[in-house]
Amino acid sequence: MAGSRVIVVGAGPAGVRAAEILAEAGLAPIVINEGSRDGGQIYRRQPDNFSRPPSKLYGTEAAKATALHAAFDGLRRRVDYRPDTLAWNVTPGVLHTVHHGQTQDIPFDALIVCSGATDRLMPVKGWNLSGTYSLGAAQIALKAQAVSIGRRVAFLGTGPLLYLVASQYQAAGAEVAGVFDTSPFALRVKALPKLLARPAVLAKGLALVAKLKRAGIPVETGVTPVEIAGTPDAGVSGLVLRDRAGRVREIACDAVALGYHLRPETQLADLARCDFAFDAESRQWLPTIDADGRSSVPGVYLAGDGARILGADGAEAAGALAALAALRDLGHDVADGRIDALRRDCARMDRFRRGLVEAFPWPAANAAALPDETVVCRCEAITAGELRRVARAMGATEANRAKAFSRVGMGRCQGRYCGQAGAEIIAAAIDTPVESVGRLRGQAPVKPFSLSATPLADQKGTEQGTPA
Amino acid sequence: MHRDPDGSDRVGPDAGPPRHPRFVRLDETGRTPVRFTIDGRAATALEGDTLLVALLSNGAALRRSEFGDGVRAGFCLMGACQDCWVWTSDGGRLRACSTSVADGLSIATEQPEASWPVLA
Repeated sequence: MAGSRVIVVGAGPAGVRAAEILAEAGLAPIVINEGSRDGGQIYRRQPDNFSRPPSKLYGTEAAKATALHAAFDGLRRRVDYRPDTLAWNVTPGVLHTVHHGQTQDIPFDALIVCSGATDRLMPVKGWNLSGTYSLGAAQIALKAQAVSIGRRVAFLGTGPLLYLVASQYQAAGAEVAGVFDTSPFALRVKALPKLLARPAVLAKGLALVAKLKRAGIPVETGVTPVEIAGTPDAGVSGLVLRDRAGRVREIACDAVALGYHLRPETQLADLARCDFAFDAESRQWLPTIDADGRSSVPGVYLAGDGARILGADGAEAAGALAALAALRDLGHDVADGRIDALRRDCARMDRFRRGLVEAFPWPAANAAALPDETVVCRCEAITAGELRRVARAMGATEANRAKAFSRVGMGRCQGRYCGQAGAEIIAAAIDTPVESVGRLRGQAPVKPFSLSATPLADQKGTEQGTPA
Repeated sequence: MHRDPDGSDRVGPDAGPPRHPRFVRLDETGRTPVRFTIDGRAATALEGDTLLVALLSNGAALRRSEFGDGVRAGFCLMGACQDCWVWTSDGGRLRACSTSVADGLSIATEQPEASWPVLA
């Protein structure tokens, strides 16, 4: 057990806390990070020659961000850290990585996948125009690069990130055209009992909305997106929506930040053959995990937003918990009290997560209502009409078959941004529950890399996970 | 809503994308300049810029969609969507959001391969 080979994928809040627990136990885990810096997306670090203080980058979460960065800096000698490294496949007991054109197969006894999340997207006519970005992209532009995605930015979608990023833009001096939320306000009131599981977070959210309104920024709820207006060559020129009073209006802007809360990055769990189950509340397929993050595959653990969208605090707790579970399974002594406390934390955060799902629901009905000419697959410009045609006329009623016939989900993003909406469009087209359409299977490589990549000549020293 | 500084409206199939910057710098503007080229034109960015930010601080788009629906300027900025591929002058492909700009880089926004328009 002392020589156990443990790999952590991801260096965000979950991955860092998992690595910390493993290092404390005397293991020297390999930490694979696709990015060049630790912190994940939420606590993403700016380049070294930038000078904004953490308070400006992370706002109310600055102390947590700097604590996480400091924790990882302190671990660097006790873990085998591999930045700029893509984990592109999992086969039984082996993680396959590529780093600067060199591939490596790394055997493991335990694999803790902390792969994070991306924005969950619902197409709208015109979302393929240049100047439309995911909400996460809008935040990365500001946080990691100190730029705004446009001169006048409209925020469209739903979820807490919508308000957070808009307020960060406002505070940084960007022009915010407005915040347009598809969720009706009444749902927030209804979700209050669950949201009160984390009163401080709820209070911060309310303060954000108040601050936006004080700054004179339009904040509207219960809107229905109609179209992102513009031209193929010039890109976005406006956002057309139907407001809650039923009026169709165009808001002038040259950029739209679009997102409907988050979806977990589950490709590695899928390739590891973990079981998935349909979560009716959020209407998405999630890998099955026990209270501590064990997947259905022995030796594979899932934590952080890549498993459940608990947010950054929840990811820290879930990462630590998954590492303790792995240690216990590898035969280490782990105190019950430590596990129990983290389980209680995660349970509270999961209650809050369910509150967010209720307050800011995925607008499934919007998929059914998309005009046929709407591009669903941004990668290859494939329309809702084409997807409906293969479902209705060609009998492609299952997600992977529809992908094979229409190519929706087969392009460069590998279905990350069209897969969930595509399933809703198929379900509505043939009048069947969305879960019966299934989900797009993860495919290796989980992201493209060059065919010229070659195996690392000397794989010695990597098999034991010894620090470099 | 934008016009080029030279006043041309650059609309139409042959006009190409407008050249005004899409991104707006809000802070961190005192960094060392980096010089590179975009389709042969000289351009300046700042040390620490990603290639995506460097390009969109000099123009409005990164590339043309190979499926005929216009120009593209990236989408996720976190290496997940692959919308921001550009090319080096020797034909190599770069993902602009996860590549740093560097002095002397020579970037092509026109795809060296064929394109397959599917839209009318």
